[in-house]
Amino acid sequence: MTLSIRNLHLTINGRRLLDDISLAVAPGEVLGVIGPNGAGKTSLIHAVIGDLAPHHGEIRFGNRRLADWPDRERACAAALLPQFSTLGFPFSVREVVRLGRGPHGTGRRIDEVIVDEACAATDIAHLRQRPYTHLSGGEKQRVQLARVLTQIWRAEDAPSRLLLLDEPVAALDIGHQQLVTQQVRRFADQGVAVIMVQHDISLAARCADRLIALRDGRHIAEGRPADVVTEPVLRRLFDTDARVIAHPDTGTPVVLHG
Amino acid sequence: MTGLRLTLALAVLTPASLIVAIMVGAVSLPATEVLGSLIGIGDDGRTALIVEAIRLPRALLTGLVGALLAICGAAMQGLFRNPLADPSLIGVTAGASVGASLMIVFGGTLAGLGGLSLISLGAFAGGAGAVALVYRLATGSGGTSVATMLLAGIAIAALAGSAGGLLEFHASNEMLRRISLWRMGGLEGANWARVGIVGVIAAIVLVALPRQAGALNALLLGESEARHLGIPVNAVKRRLILLTAAGVGVSVAVAGAITFVGLVVPHIVRMLIGPDHRWLLPASALAGAILLLWADILARTLVAPTELPVGLLTALLGAPFFISLLRRRHEYGMA
Repeated sequence: MTLSIRNLHLTINGRRLLDDISLAVAPGEVLGVIGPNGAGKTSLIHAVIGDLAPHHGEIRFGNRRLADWPDRERACAAALLPQFSTLGFPFSVREVVRLGRGPHGTGRRIDEVIVDEACAATDIAHLRQRPYTHLSGGEKQRVQLARVLTQIWRAEDAPSRLLLLDEPVAALDIGHQQLVTQQVRRFADQGVAVIMVQHDISLAARCADRLIALRDGRHIAEGRPADVVTEPVLRRLFDTDARVIAHPDTGTPVVLHG
Repeated sequence: MTGLRLTLALAVLTPASLIVAIMVGAVSLPATEVLGSLIGIGDDGRTALIVEAIRLPRALLTGLVGALLAICGAAMQGLFRNPLADPSLIGVTAGASVGASLMIVFGGTLAGLGGLSLISLGAFAGGAGAVALVYRLATGSGGTSVATMLLAGIAIAALAGSAGGLLEFHASNEMLRRISLWRMGGLEGANWARVGIVGVIAAIVLVALPRQAGALNALLLGESEARHLGIPVNAVKRRLILLTAAGVGVSVAVAGAITFVGLVVPHIVRMLIGPDHRWLLPASALAGAILLLWADILARTLVAPTELPVGLLTALLGAPFFISLLRRRHEYGMA
């Protein structure tokens, strides 16, 4: 199923967060969202999951409006990794990851296998018995990612799957950044539609199929990474000069600044 | 320790504590006689009378109130995602206190209703009114804001505090003493009618709250995270607040303001077995019953034939245990 957003307007407390955004993400596709602070990137994915009610416009997943999906059914098909997590209670890492299976009711035996697989995929298997509150920032981020991936782990649990990621690698070292982008790609290859908000433009260009650039809630540019990550677009987005070069191995755009 | 093991241990200790509570008193009864009269084979009429008319209703009421306060405290700490939350946070205790004081000062010679004294009725009405007000204040078009509820609870408690102060100012010395004794809590008014009323509410709350365990676990992640996991967050909040208001409201109505149980029992249990509400809720209920039973045993015996207010003893018993756990908090994953 394709996620399609048409003419989305979002206004909260008189502030316009999104202004006439339209986009589509096909199954198997990774859409990267880039833009300066306060551009509406996070608002966009929270509008998709239904936390923020659009003022105008429509968000459909397949042929149904996402807002019309029953809570449980939506939770089995769509998962969102938030930018921050505020869990302050000492659940073990394993218990946190297992929460992702909450909506499914697939039984303990299957769930335990999935939890183990997700922990291995995010390199937190060695932390499984540790209290979440004792972890470092990057470890916590990987645990939350494992929880979110667990929620949509199997293709047979939902007719179609959607993964929304808000800065999934912000707190990670480059080794784990690589690991996480590989996992995102693996999910896309299974037919999951992915929207990923990303501050690191070079990284977004490397792992997304398409990029959309937002500023002040407006659509600035959209297309293949090489078409979006250009010096004129970056200047329009960030009001600063940056150089763009091609990655020597992959040819994807790399941003140099500072 | 695992949740299962602690819950099983507490499930054995609870009836044991109940029996000790029936044995101990002005006349001490041996365990065999107590057990005999409980299952109806006792041949001593005097023992049967003491057990049936006095000790058993009191022990049952004590256990039920302890269980209600502790399980409601655990639910509120989960809902507010704050281990310092306690059931009084939603205004129920403060409102009940004003209701009870009003009845003590102005109730005069009016009679109670159905086994409940006028003070109890006033306390329940005051508690329910305060919760309703707090809930209304915190609920807007976008649902109920837990943060606003916390602040509204503080505001209503402050308002109730000064209303209570005004009533005390107006009260006679005799009334003042009754008000302050009510505040310390006590179970000396136990009778079968009260056991019946509290029993019905407890049956509902003790069954319905554990059914929300999965939702509470998800809520610890955050409200929007819980919603993403398919939890109908606003309906869950309404349910939790309603059940807590009923559970704590009826407890306060029959036993006065018993502090500490709702705050610290869930805390202690969480330190021992972790925050998983599937075990935390039932284990807290059992531990709350045990703590209050032993506090009441001490309240009745320490300065016999006079009784101490039980509210003074819950903290005396629980606080040292809690402090010893605090010193080892790092082992339990707390910062």
